[in-house]
Amino acid sequence: MEVEKNEFKYCEKPEVVTVDTDILLIGGGMACCGAVYEGAKWGTPKGIRFTMVDKAATDRSGAVAQGLSAINTYCGENDPADYVKYVRKDLMGVIREDLVYDLGRHVDNSVHLFEEWGLPVWKRAEDGSTQDGSKPAPKLTEGGKPVRSGRWQIMINGESYKVIVAEAAKKALEYNRKETGVEQNHFERVFISELIHDKNDPNRVAGAIGFSVRENKVYVFTAKTMLLACGGAVNVYRPRSTAEGQGRAWYPVWNAGTTYALAAQAGAELVLMENRFVPARFKDGYGPVGAWFLFFKCKATNSLGEDYCSTNLGVANQDFGKYAEDPHALTTAMRNHMMMIDMKAGKGPILMRTHEAMQALGETMTPKQMKHLEAEAWEDFLDMCIGQAVVWAGNNIEPDKLPSELMPTEPYLLGSHAGCAGIWVSGPGDIAGIPDEWHWGYNRMTTVDGLFTAGDGVGASGHKFSSGSHAEGRIAGKAMVAYCLDHADYKPELGRDVDEVIAEIYLPMEVYGKYKDYSTDTSVNPHYIKPKMFQARLQKIMDEYVAGVSTWYTTSKTMLEKGLEHLVMLKEDAGKMAAEDLHELMRCWENYHRLMAGEAHAQHILFREDTRYPGYYFRADHFYVDDENWRCFTISKYDRDTHTWSLSKRDYVQVVPD
Amino acid sequence: MPSFVIKEKCDGCKGQERTACMYICPNNLMKLDVDRMLAWNQEPDQCWECYNCVKICPQQAIEVRGYADFVPLGGNVIPLRGTDAIMWTIKFRNGNLKRYKFPIRTTAEGSIDLYSGKPEQDYDNLKKPGFFNMPEYPTL
Repeated sequence: MEVEKNEFKYCEKPEVVTVDTDILLIGGGMACCGAVYEGAKWGTPKGIRFTMVDKAATDRSGAVAQGLSAINTYCGENDPADYVKYVRKDLMGVIREDLVYDLGRHVDNSVHLFEEWGLPVWKRAEDGSTQDGSKPAPKLTEGGKPVRSGRWQIMINGESYKVIVAEAAKKALEYNRKETGVEQNHFERVFISELIHDKNDPNRVAGAIGFSVRENKVYVFTAKTMLLACGGAVNVYRPRSTAEGQGRAWYPVWNAGTTYALAAQAGAELVLMENRFVPARFKDGYGPVGAWFLFFKCKATNSLGEDYCSTNLGVANQDFGKYAEDPHALTTAMRNHMMMIDMKAGKGPILMRTHEAMQALGETMTPKQMKHLEAEAWEDFLDMCIGQAVVWAGNNIEPDKLPSELMPTEPYLLGSHAGCAGIWVSGPGDIAGIPDEWHWGYNRMTTVDGLFTAGDGVGASGHKFSSGSHAEGRIAGKAMVAYCLDHADYKPELGRDVDEVIAEIYLPMEVYGKYKDYSTDTSVNPHYIKPKMFQARLQKIMDEYVAGVSTWYTTSKTMLEKGLEHLVMLKEDAGKMAAEDLHELMRCWENYHRLMAGEAHAQHILFREDTRYPGYYFRADHFYVDDENWRCFTISKYDRDTHTWSLSKRDYVQVVPD
Repeated sequence: MPSFVIKEKCDGCKGQERTACMYICPNNLMKLDVDRMLAWNQEPDQCWECYNCVKICPQQAIEVRGYADFVPLGGNVIPLRGTDAIMWTIKFRNGNLKRYKFPIRTTAEGSIDLYSGKPEQDYDNLKKPGFFNMPEYPTL
């Protein structure tokens, strides 16, 4: 197949803007906002310059863009060691306990800041009733009691959560900008699509190149160190809703796997990329169920009214032993597995019995209290998943009158919610008994020198959620300041020819310009593939071969090998991606990043010869959890020149006793 | 088409360089048709229904029509976001209405004070765990 080359004959060459900085923050979500808040405090008096690059508007970017109804990690009265036990259990016994403990001991400080900045946090009044966060009450730091919806979760009025966190981040950027005499240090609507290694050290990162999605401009950043924290990977798989509704992804539809793709291409080690999250959520709208289960004490059953986690425990136990034994200690994945046993047996739809939960609560409540409760139930959606309220409105579903259907979603790759895919990083180092390969330097630095990550980027350390991602960004931001001070003399020099990289990034514009008039309809043309079809092809491969919904999340060695063959050809065809405008150019590279994340996922599932996460995915040819051989980390490294992956095992070490 | 713009209400943000919806959309979906001075959602199947364009529109010209592949017609969910609270009106397909008001912020917009009243960073702690305002920490 002819290889296309961009000589800027058919598309306009962009203006090139160069920006030199010390600490580059790639992303504008919770992690990067935390990094600049903490980092600017330490770094600014030392003259260290911060720069944030966000592909959206930071006020409403990242996974919290829509708001949230709860903060899912707040330790409060709990020992962080117990947080480690909870995360370890839910993630099937393989986590980096140093990272999880480190997260647990830091996270509350960020939550306290959020409340100080203006985030309304629900409080438990002395009479036991719940008060929304606008009522006068002592703050958490003053002994105010949060309203727990679970051991680790607290309820908030979080419609403006991200706006508030972004305000602090933008002010920190402004403080840093003025003190260091920089003209601009916050770039919105700029999409970073390439990391560039240092000229003198291929394992060190020296720069990042991206483009404006609004103007014909390319940005070339050089930095001593950078934080790669741009979320997880969504719509890698064919979603259950394939038309308009594919936008209603459970995780943010704009999370394109850029974190994993850029790290892999830079040569960083990835860890547990076989992990995924398949949340069971309200069908189609994917509204949150946590508050319903934990706060409203709601039950989910099959349509015969049976508790599938009880009736299917024996069957699950035969296959997965101790992981399906104690009905009170089931993982999220195992509950999915037992739900699907009933779905396959035709006992669906699975129902969330909201009406019965509300009626039960109503038995001890006054009508006024009931009205308050009903508002709380709606707020759970309206704060974070308005689309679910739209689904209920359209279907005449009032939760106090009718139950709602539940459904396991398409798979998502992430490291901050209830999953632990991501990048291998150095830990805090002060925790006794950890192996050397868990700590070789700066906290949250990847195996690429100078490249840090946080939030969805850090692997083997799930259940951070929004607050934990902010706290982890702060941990990384502080460590990056230390890195800069230790490497004060380092001058980053880009190891690739900038014009060549820009030509590569703009290739889809050139390809489109060159061939668009060949056919009478620009969407069907044998010379190129538009991003929408590229995504559809990726999703179809992932769905059918790599344990998507169409095979009930089941795959095997032979299926994976065939799927990987298809992925390789798709990657070759990436050289023929076509973009009609800058918006499509972003979509092209986002989808390439999805492809990289998907390929890593498939390679890891193939390498790991057990079904580590039953209910998230199944290896039909290894339908068991094999703790003897596979209670370990899986590590991958990508070679960009040969397009090959190498995989290996790394020991898991238990740090916190049972 | 999840978020859509009502033609009669949109004024293209009066010819400014970009409209409010273009500014805010996390997925870069909103575009301004400069000839007609009207905004539109260029990629409805990539819309998360996050409602940020709806909330920010100064003309209240943007609403959401539920995803056509699974939401029956006739319902509607409309916010009115102020500085400290948000009002929601939910209209069901059968015409039933519900209204809710929730707080969104306990402080004035722009009032965040970053660091004053907090401990100063101690550079001896730079390579240790903890934050500038949290020098003490437990360990294992």
